[in-house]
This record gives sequence, structure tokens and C-alpha cells, in this order.
Amino acid sequence: MNERGPKVVRDPELDLRQAGDGTSVHVLSGAWDIRALESRARALKARLDELAGKPASWDLSGVQRLDHVGALLLWRAWGKIRPTALSLRPEHEIFFANLEGHQAVPAVQWRFDALAPIRGVGNIALLLLDHVLDMLRLFGQTLMDSLELLRHPSRGPWREISASIYRSGTEALGITAAVGCLIGVTLSYLSSEQLRSFGADTFIVNILGLGIIRELGPMICAVLVAGRSGSAITAQLGVMRVTEELDALAVMGIPYTVRLILPKVIALAVAVPLLVLWTSAVALIGGAFSAKLQLGMSMTQFILGLPAAVPSINLWLGVGKGVVFGALIALVACHFGLRIQPNTESLGAGTTRSVVTSITVVILADAIFAIIYADVGISLS
Amino acid sequence: MSNGATVEPVIEVHGLWTVFGEYVVHRDLELTVMPGEIVSLVGGSGSGKTTLMRQILGLENPHRGSIKVFGIPLQGSHPALLKKIRRRWGVLFQEGALYSALPVFENIALPLRELRAFDEGFIHDMVMLKLDMVDIERRHAWKMPSDLSGGMIKRIALARALVLEPELLFLDEPTAGLDPDRSESFVRLIQSLQAKLGFTVIMVTHDLDTLVSLSDRVAVLAEQKILFYGSLAEVVAVGHPFVKNFFLGERGLRALAAAPEQMYVPAQTVIRNSSGG
Repeated sequence: MNERGPKVVRDPELDLRQAGDGTSVHVLSGAWDIRALESRARALKARLDELAGKPASWDLSGVQRLDHVGALLLWRAWGKIRPTALSLRPEHEIFFANLEGHQAVPAVQWRFDALAPIRGVGNIALLLLDHVLDMLRLFGQTLMDSLELLRHPSRGPWREISASIYRSGTEALGITAAVGCLIGVTLSYLSSEQLRSFGADTFIVNILGLGIIRELGPMICAVLVAGRSGSAITAQLGVMRVTEELDALAVMGIPYTVRLILPKVIALAVAVPLLVLWTSAVALIGGAFSAKLQLGMSMTQFILGLPAAVPSINLWLGVGKGVVFGALIALVACHFGLRIQPNTESLGAGTTRSVVTSITVVILADAIFAIIYADVGISLS
Repeated sequence: MSNGATVEPVIEVHGLWTVFGEYVVHRDLELTVMPGEIVSLVGGSGSGKTTLMRQILGLENPHRGSIKVFGIPLQGSHPALLKKIRRRWGVLFQEGALYSALPVFENIALPLRELRAFDEGFIHDMVMLKLDMVDIERRHAWKMPSDLSGGMIKRIALARALVLEPELLFLDEPTAGLDPDRSESFVRLIQSLQAKLGFTVIMVTHDLDTLVSLSDRVAVLAEQKILFYGSLAEVVAVGHPFVKNFFLGERGLRALAAAPEQMYVPAQTVIRNSSGG
């Protein structure tokens, strides 16, 4: 850029010439800037490396343009030492001055660490412990906030709760119905094939009724809600953390646990059991429809057979699971949302971890339910 | 820097219209920036400074009119040609816009790597050189942007903007969010780099101190066009209400008082006139 004007800018060139006194001179000419070097850097570097070994003086006075890229290319070829015999245009001096100023390269030392794997395992364990403690603290805080809410119901974040129920419940009706229906049809189709070979057609009601109401309905709902609302909650809190909105709430004296976390926990604890009922109902209808096609069992027969085949305690168990799963998903999502660091990668990783963890936690909770209520509601009367 | 008749302008904006719905932001706007100049765009809030800069950068399209950068029209040129233009300019965004997922080193190395022309050793040395140029210690090279202070982010963003040896540098509020001390040293840094490397600078700023100490020319954006375009002294000398408000308020006077000598005299006369009338 220093040499603008009508003069034609030539390509970078490098020649070895013999001077009058018998010594050799490397003569550089043309443009040695990034625009010219971009496409030729590799070829020129190879040639420079080859030439730099030979003792000779350097003549850069024919260089039309120079910038840091050209200067650095030469500098590296010279082994980061300025050649003793160098002729240079005064206005190009500046590019080398910048290079000479800082010779020291920071020593990056990679030391062998025999304890690294052990330390790694320890760090993972500590991180896990940290997560568990953090989540417990959040759970305790939410419990205390809900007690406060019971004492002063008028000051509760009702608007937020209602909005959250709408977002995570009402808006999820479509997807849960679609998935529930498909699962019901599939389960019914597969079971009826088996049952027909035993001539035990009527047991389709027991299998579908018990399986869907007690187990599948709550699980499908939990997985869908974890993917839909869990990720949204984590991302929302994460962005609020990044943009310091959480701190803004805190300095206004509005505890974010009450305003943001409690409404989400309550909303999911309310919305998920309702979604469970809805999903189970749609799945059973799908199953009954499939049974009609496969086994010729009428829909009425199926529905009338349900109360006898499935004790009503299973319905309460399904709803109870919905409450627990909903609250767990919200807590896990909030926990990961609050731990997000102010960078884009952390936001993505945090959201993924939140969804994976909440599904895992839900399955764990489901297993605990199964053990505790092993003797409840499965009597084949 | 020779501004002879043969020298082509770096930026040419001609007959530019920007319309948001019913609201006309720019009406028939004209702007020419010559190489080696430092041009400041000033104007009130909503006058469309940032929009104009984004249009020159090709991030937004104007409603009507043409924008040429390095003599190449931004509208209707081949994408490969536009890509070449983009490698010849550097942009310093207001918040730095460092890639938060990458450490400082990778942030600066990214444009170089994209060229696929240089080996790892070269890229390393180049990044370190650029860090030296913006006075950032090399030990910070592997830190993440979130671990850095606002002043360091600005400097590193400047290093990234300069890594492809740009001929044109865009600065969006270069000193916003910096304390006066840091902002002054950042201005000095830009000034010394510009003096050494001779690139053209176009900047949007509200900060009068930055404006006074950096700009060769000031473009006042008001009433939907570039109302005045000239040296700071010339602009201050016109008695337009916006200019009076902007430059001749208490803060403006203080900033102008610190201006170089040739500036100071005409500014002073104008001040007397304005306070008299």
C-alpha cells in the first residue's frame, strides 16, 4: 500500500546473482505482500529455505511492496536472525523492526505427568460431587421457596407459572399425542400377534392398559418434555447468565430462584402429570384401534375391559410419576442452565448435557418407582 | 501517502437510499474516502451511522444507490471478487466479536488458516507478532475470550482485524466501554499502527476525545445525508445546530482544547461567535 500509483506491481521474484567482487547476492523484487504471496507462499518458502543455506548477501531494494507476511517469510528463512549483509528500503525497515523487537518465544513445556490419569479420575469424581451438591442445594432452595409461596400465596409468581404451563404443557399436546398414538399402535400390533398364537386375545387389554398407564405413558412424556422444555429452560437460563440478566435480577432484590426456577419446577410438576394422562389416553385409543384391526376386538369392549384389567391405583402411580419426573426435569434443566459459562460452546454443551442428564435421571427415578411399588396394582384378578 | 489525481478512492458511496418501512434513513447519500485517511462518521442516535457502515461492509443492502470498495461495486459483483475485497479489509466490532469458543491464538490465526497458504510455524510466529503489535503479552495467547478484560478483548480483536494486513480498517465505537486511560492508550495504538502501516480507517464513534485525536476528516451524518465532510476544524466552523450541540457542548470544548494546534485556533473563533449569538 505504500507504493500506490501507476507503476505496475510485479509478482514476487527471487534471483541469485553474482556481484562484481565474486560474492553472490540474493536479489528480491516485485510485491512481497499477502496479496501476492497468498498463492505462492509454499513455493517461495521452499526456494527461500534452499537459498538461505548459502552464504550470500541479500538485496531487498527492488521489492515494491512489503508487509509483515513477506517479512516474516524471509525472517523465518533467515533462521530469525537478520543477515549481516542486507540492503533494504528505509520504508520497509519497520516490518523487520517489529520482528527483531521480540525474539523470545514463550517456552511451552509439556512435562510428562505419570499421575495425570489418576488426577483425571479424581477430577471427574469431584465434578460429579460438585454437580450433586449443587443440585441438592437448588432442590433445597426450591423447597424453601415453595414454603414461602405457601405462606404468602398472593406474592407468588403466578403469571410466570401460568406462562410456563402453557409453554411446556399446552404447546406439547400435539407432539405427545402423535408419539403416544404411534407407540400405542405399535405395541398393540406386536402384542396381538403373540397373543393370538396363544389364543389369549383378551389379555391385550391387560398388556396395553398396564404397560401404557403405569410405565410407557409417563416415560414417553418425560423424554419428550426433557427434549422440548428441558433444553429450552437450560438455554434460556444460560443466555440470561451470559447477558448478566440473572445478576440484574439479583441486584434488584428479586431472587431468581423464586422468579425463574420455582415457576418452572411448579409448572412442569403440574403440566407433566396432565400430559401423562393425555398421552396415555391417546396411546390407549391407538392401541384399541390397532386391536380392533388385528384381533377384531371392538373399541367398546376394550374400554369396558380396562377397569377390570388395570387397578385404578396404576393411574395414580402414573400421575405421581408425572409430578416427580416433571419436577426433576425442571430442576436438572435449571441446574445446567445456571452453570453455563459465558461462551457459545458452553451453551451448546450445557444444553446437551442437560437433556441427557434429565432423561437419565428420569429413568433412574422410574426404576426406583418400580422397586418401591413392585407389589402395588399388578394383581391379576 | 500521496493523494495525487491518479489515486483511486477506497470507498465510494453514490446516491444511497436506506428506507425502513416509511422511515427514510439515508436520502441520496454521497461519501468518498481516499486512501490513507482516517475518517470519522458522527451523527445523532438513529442517524444511520452503523447502518451505513454495515452497508459498506456488505452486511446489509441499501435500498438504492451504489457502494464501491477498492473500486469494485458491492452490488452485482462476482462472489469470488467480493471474497477478495473482504480479505483486504479488517473490522473491529464494538464488542470485539471474538469467537468465544476459541482461545486468543486461534481467534487471530483463523483468517490466516482460511487462506491455506502458510504452515503452522509461520502462523504461530505471525500471531505472536500481531500480539506484540497490539501490546498483548504472549502468555495470554491461550486464554479464552471470556477470561479477558474489555480492553484486552479490543486489542486482540484489533490484532485479528490486522492479521491479513488490511488496506482498510473499520472501527465501530473503538473506545466504547473502555476507561479513559485504556481508551487513550488504545487510540494511541491505532494511531501508531496507522502511521506505520498506512491503512485507511473509517470509524463510527461517539467519543469526542477519540474523534479529535484520531480523525483526519469528519463526516457528519444528519438530515439523512452526509451534511458536512471535512477536517475537524472545517466541520466545527460551520454553525449547524447539530454540530454546535455535538462539538461545542461542555464535553466537546474540552476535547477540542486538546486538539492539535492548527485545529485549536479556528475552533476557538467559532466558540466565541457561538457564545456571542
